[in-house]
Amino acid sequence: MSSATLEKNSSALADAESSAAHLVTVTFRIRRFNPEISDQAIWEDFQFQIDPKERVLDALHKIKWDLDGTLTFRRSCAHGICGSDAMRINGRNRLACKTLIKDINPHKPITVEPIKGLTVLKDLVVDMEPFFQAYRDVMPFLITTGNEPTRERQQSAEDRKRFDDTTKCILCAACTSSCPVFWNDGQYFGPAAIVGAHRFIFDSRDEGGEQRLEILNDRDGVWRCRTTFNCTEACPRGIEITKAIQEVKRALITRRF
Amino acid sequence: MKIHKYDTVIVGAGGAGMRAAIESTKRSRTAVLTKLYPTRSHTGAAQGGMAAALANVEEDNWEWHTFDTIKGGDYLVDQDAAEILAKEAIDSVLDLEKMGLPFNRTPDGTIDQRRFGGHSRNHGEAPVRRSCYAADRTGHMILQTLYQNCIKEGVEFFNEFYVLDQLITEVDGVKRSAGVVAYELATGEIHVFQAKAVIYASGGCGKFFKVTSNAHTLTGDGQAAVYRRGLPLEDMEFFQFHPTGIWRMGILLTEGARGEGGILRNKDGERFMEKYAPVMKDLASRDVVSRSIYTEIREGRGCGPEGDHVFLDLTHLPPEQLDAKLPDITEFARTYLGIEPYTDPIPIQPTAHYAMGGIPTNVQGEVLADNDTVVPGLYAAGEVACVSVHGANRLGTNSLLDINVFGRRAGIAAAEYATKAEYVELPDDPASLVVEQVERLRDSTGTERVTEIRKALQETMDANVMVFRTEQTIKTAVEAIGALRERYLNVSVQDKGKRFNTDLLEAIELGNLLDLAEVMAVSALARKESRGGHYREDYPSRDDVNFMRHTMAYREVGADGVESIRLDYKPVVQTRYEPMERKY
Repeated sequence: MSSATLEKNSSALADAESSAAHLVTVTFRIRRFNPEISDQAIWEDFQFQIDPKERVLDALHKIKWDLDGTLTFRRSCAHGICGSDAMRINGRNRLACKTLIKDINPHKPITVEPIKGLTVLKDLVVDMEPFFQAYRDVMPFLITTGNEPTRERQQSAEDRKRFDDTTKCILCAACTSSCPVFWNDGQYFGPAAIVGAHRFIFDSRDEGGEQRLEILNDRDGVWRCRTTFNCTEACPRGIEITKAIQEVKRALITRRF
Repeated sequence: MKIHKYDTVIVGAGGAGMRAAIESTKRSRTAVLTKLYPTRSHTGAAQGGMAAALANVEEDNWEWHTFDTIKGGDYLVDQDAAEILAKEAIDSVLDLEKMGLPFNRTPDGTIDQRRFGGHSRNHGEAPVRRSCYAADRTGHMILQTLYQNCIKEGVEFFNEFYVLDQLITEVDGVKRSAGVVAYELATGEIHVFQAKAVIYASGGCGKFFKVTSNAHTLTGDGQAAVYRRGLPLEDMEFFQFHPTGIWRMGILLTEGARGEGGILRNKDGERFMEKYAPVMKDLASRDVVSRSIYTEIREGRGCGPEGDHVFLDLTHLPPEQLDAKLPDITEFARTYLGIEPYTDPIPIQPTAHYAMGGIPTNVQGEVLADNDTVVPGLYAAGEVACVSVHGANRLGTNSLLDINVFGRRAGIAAAEYATKAEYVELPDDPASLVVEQVERLRDSTGTERVTEIRKALQETMDANVMVFRTEQTIKTAVEAIGALRERYLNVSVQDKGKRFNTDLLEAIELGNLLDLAEVMAVSALARKESRGGHYREDYPSRDDVNFMRHTMAYREVGADGVESIRLDYKPVVQTRYEPMERKY
């Protein structure tokens, strides 16, 4: 590393430092729903100051901790790996902990709603059970026959790469709940379950591909996909989901995987 | 109130809990209770790898791994347990591979391995490639693989069930586990789970620090539940600060970054670890590296306008290597700092990471009621437990190993016990403590707020019991925590509802953090030496004569109802390794 890089970096950080003093006033417009109080969901506005380099999750915490303790949402790791805090932010599915305020125009009201297609239980909390049921239904585990080897199964780096992308999935449901087919018909397996199946169908060690393809050949399976790419755009892990779904469709036709 | 009956109940669904569940479900009727969903657990945030002397890429053996673990733990490790850890590591990794875990591969198709801090060839000669990994999301892949295998085995989960109390019944003068009490987040309903065996696998308690790599939900719930029932906590003063957290945010950047060749630099661009650890350099043990970073910062060689961080430099590594081996952490730098790691160094500071201490267990995962006596039917594994395989400082990649080796052991031991044992009678009115706790918090009109007390706790912990400690700073922390505990009695929540009351949940979590922070500080005050992660500036040397022993902290309640902490000590199990001065 050159000292020029160091200087450049220090000054970039110094800039960041000085802008930290420049808090912005933001309006968060949040979809609230609490069946203990009312059957109707409402929009509620919260106005406060925040450093634009902070996350949407930090803003939600600010509201919950300083303004209204009843605001309810799920979260855990706060850096995009646990998949708890998928929500609809300014009309797009994102993880609240991976979205910085400055990247979503803090000068206009920022809307936050629960993800769509799953029953809202309270505020931003939805019923995740149908989502996980679809995942469980595709048999998302390694299926093998014969005796286990004493050491590890061999796999070439190339074979390992074949399904690398779909191993990144954190089951946050951002993809499935962005899919218009899933909104209209909750029976559709949805992109995340297909990603889960893809991860095993294209794993050279697995022998359950045919079984999973049969499951996905169902009327609620991959053929419902209309290739709108919403899922790929929504994925906070950058998985090329539509491509994975296409690969599963192709495997169903060619029976090669 | 609902009552459930199971052979085995597992509290927590991270790596240790699910590894245990896979074993116990095959052998006994098992329920897994988690306050999250299984795939949300913080095992998923682990990045760099899992140690095992597979010797796939260079010469290695489990004896060297045992030695490194003991040395890394500054000789506070129980050596019999470390030997089990290193020996069973090999099958643990192979088991995960057979369960489907997509490890990175060598050119000949075996599991690839890379270097990691403190892991060495032949007792410290040079770094060795021992960490088995899946890019920089090894923990994620372990969590996913274990969850997938739980689906395969039909493991029964109770998601968003928060365990608040451990039920103990005394039978013929022996404390036995009778079950647990849980609060169902979705409904506010209280559930009693009667079980022959209970396994705690509920993770760590890092949220009592401000700058931490830990999830918001890591609040020491399991430790607090057993501690409040009079069972001891071991070695709580030992907390690991991971050298490379993202500056100010604490988000973890794996040691694997240094394993791949990353270098720590101060404001002059100097590779300062050469001064502190001439052989292992940037791959010295974490306590050593974290202290070195703070020494640089204190001596004015920190970076930035406030000189409060140093740089992790990856700029000399080829972008293809970063993309293939470290894709997640390079993305964290881009997302959260707006920095391009191909060309710019990443500002880092040590971040509170891992509790070496916890619920004392033997090597079968059985919980101890004192130095020798087990609590029949009670088990613990993973970060919540203290076996002790990590001693005063855990080596990187040994925690993903710990959860697999001891999660498996606890799962088998608990289920085998449950198939033979009878149910222990529940105490009268088993849910009373929890009902009282929940109602008091929900109905309280007190003026104190959770957020303010938590913030004050985190600030005092960061300021006073972090990498450097003195009698003065620890005393300041003890007093501050005591005052916060007083204030906590007057805390209230705004959400008075039953459905998904996370406001209430946070208040309960804070109570756990306060209890554990106090145990930590009191244990640290009494340990007048420096060892591993516990560094006392007023006692800078290790003192094997007086302190080669585990701390055992007990909660005591006097006749007047006043709580106090009683400290006792337990000998370290030493087998073949004589304590030596630790050099890297």
